[in-house]
Amino acid sequence: MLYSEKVMDHFRNPRNVGEIKDADGIGEVGNAKCGDIMRMYIKVKDNKIADVKFMTFGCGSAIATSSMATELIKGKPIEEAVKLTNQAVVEALDGLPAYKLHCSVLAEEAVKAAVKDYYDKHNISYDKDKYCAGDCACLVEHEHALEKAKKTATKSATRKTTKQTKATKTATKNKAKSTAKKVQHKK
Amino acid sequence: MIYLDNAGTTKMDEQVKQTMLKYFDVEYGNASSLHSIGQRAKEALEQARADIAKVINAKPNEIYFTSGGSESDNQAILSIARMGKLNNKKHIITTKIEHHAVLHTMEKLEKNGFEVTYLDVEKNGIVDVNKLKRAIRKDTILVCVMFANNEIGTIQPIKEIGQICKAKNITFFTDAVQAVGHLPIDVNELNIDMLSMSAHKFHGPKGVGALFVRRGTPLFSLIEGGAQENNKRAGTENLAGIVGMTTALKIANKEMDKTNKKLIKFRDKLIKELTKIPHSILNGDAEKRLANNVNICFEGIEGESLLLLLDDKGICASSGSACTSGSLDPSHVLLAIGRPHEVAHGSLRLTMSKYTTADEIDKVIKEVPKIVEYLRKMSPVWDELEKGERKHVI
Repeated sequence: MLYSEKVMDHFRNPRNVGEIKDADGIGEVGNAKCGDIMRMYIKVKDNKIADVKFMTFGCGSAIATSSMATELIKGKPIEEAVKLTNQAVVEALDGLPAYKLHCSVLAEEAVKAAVKDYYDKHNISYDKDKYCAGDCACLVEHEHALEKAKKTATKSATRKTTKQTKATKTATKNKAKSTAKKVQHKK
Repeated sequence: MIYLDNAGTTKMDEQVKQTMLKYFDVEYGNASSLHSIGQRAKEALEQARADIAKVINAKPNEIYFTSGGSESDNQAILSIARMGKLNNKKHIITTKIEHHAVLHTMEKLEKNGFEVTYLDVEKNGIVDVNKLKRAIRKDTILVCVMFANNEIGTIQPIKEIGQICKAKNITFFTDAVQAVGHLPIDVNELNIDMLSMSAHKFHGPKGVGALFVRRGTPLFSLIEGGAQENNKRAGTENLAGIVGMTTALKIANKEMDKTNKKLIKFRDKLIKELTKIPHSILNGDAEKRLANNVNICFEGIEGESLLLLLDDKGICASSGSACTSGSLDPSHVLLAIGRPHEVAHGSLRLTMSKYTTADEIDKVIKEVPKIVEYLRKMSPVWDELEKGERKHVI
């Protein structure tokens, strides 16, 4: 199957679709030229995401990741919500096909864009480097998203290889120890 | 299930299946073998060749069996290119709306010193023959124009192109994969020098096709090995597939008029009803079009999500959106007819067959508007269009 059951569920029954008329922050990322646009509205109360809604123009993954992202940040303190990673969204959805990972990156950036908008509107300072404003040129944004998706895939592959290398090293060490013991014994 | 992706592939005809069966375990001989079972296979192979040739008014020794449309396309183009290189002539004319099997082969040739002119098409998805004429140079070796486009179904001016090429003594190859079995084709009347076909587009099996090469036109083998296909295509023949293809083509040819009459009515009804949806547009000429093809763009929504929701309703269709092609760009055909990216992403292609019923068409007419409305409600693009923050394009 192209998509997991969880993805299909969030696609068929997306949570938190709609708009918030008096939103405290609105973030829009992506570009119609690329075929994916996500818009996220947040309502902030006591520094927490009191309410969140989204609208998305895009494929099954785009709609599912938007839906999941809103579920993951609802009720959370802003500082926590803004730390949402695309990996977390993908894991929560039981995975996405590799060529669809960039949609999850867009979801992460939509959250950041909404929070950035909230900070801007309320004159709250923040580290500008950490926020993708969602106004990058289409190709740059997608390349950025693809790069990140690649990194995510490589990271988990590297983790596997590091584990294997460590295991092999330990095994070799142990073998050397036992061989040394044997030699000693022989002596 | 309502299957409306027949341009993608078709259901095999029951008669075709029955005809093929004995070639698996009764008449399973290798047509190159000397013994009786082999010789019977050879007979069946040559009969199939003669039958296919008859349908398109070619000679049996002008038909070569391949693994399908892509292989035939590759072999045709690369053969003429190789001949051209030997004669130091390196210009090819083709169109922007060809299938990727043609376009990627052209790109490969460009990397090897060939110059390729990719003709634009008019807004209706049809090549302008005057532009083609003007593109011809002294070193043009090949004109390659598809018979009918797979995405938008538009039928190209093959007869005129054939005449032009004959007058200028340039080889004319047409990728007729979507046309064979659906439109009458006479390679002599149309002055076609090379033509490709694929069985699974006309209710035959997948994995088998043919290439017509007019006597006198150069042909080089792509696959080296045994002496099959007069040394032009090595490999033990897929006899079951070839016999299947032949049966399928004979049936399709016989039923063509009846099927087309029925499908034209369905097609026109679908177009009429679905373009009632606000801000939608038909892609490609409404009349110079395959009877089985409907392709419409809906502004403000994306194709894959449309297809998934249709699939949930048991309707199988396809789209030209980037998401469905795995690239960043939507269909090159829709872009070639002038659709902006964001509109091309919202396309729906419905391709029917002789098995399509009136009830199925009515169900599609009922479901598509509901799904488009649902997706528009959650689309920020549609929101901007409705609020006037973005200008409607269609």
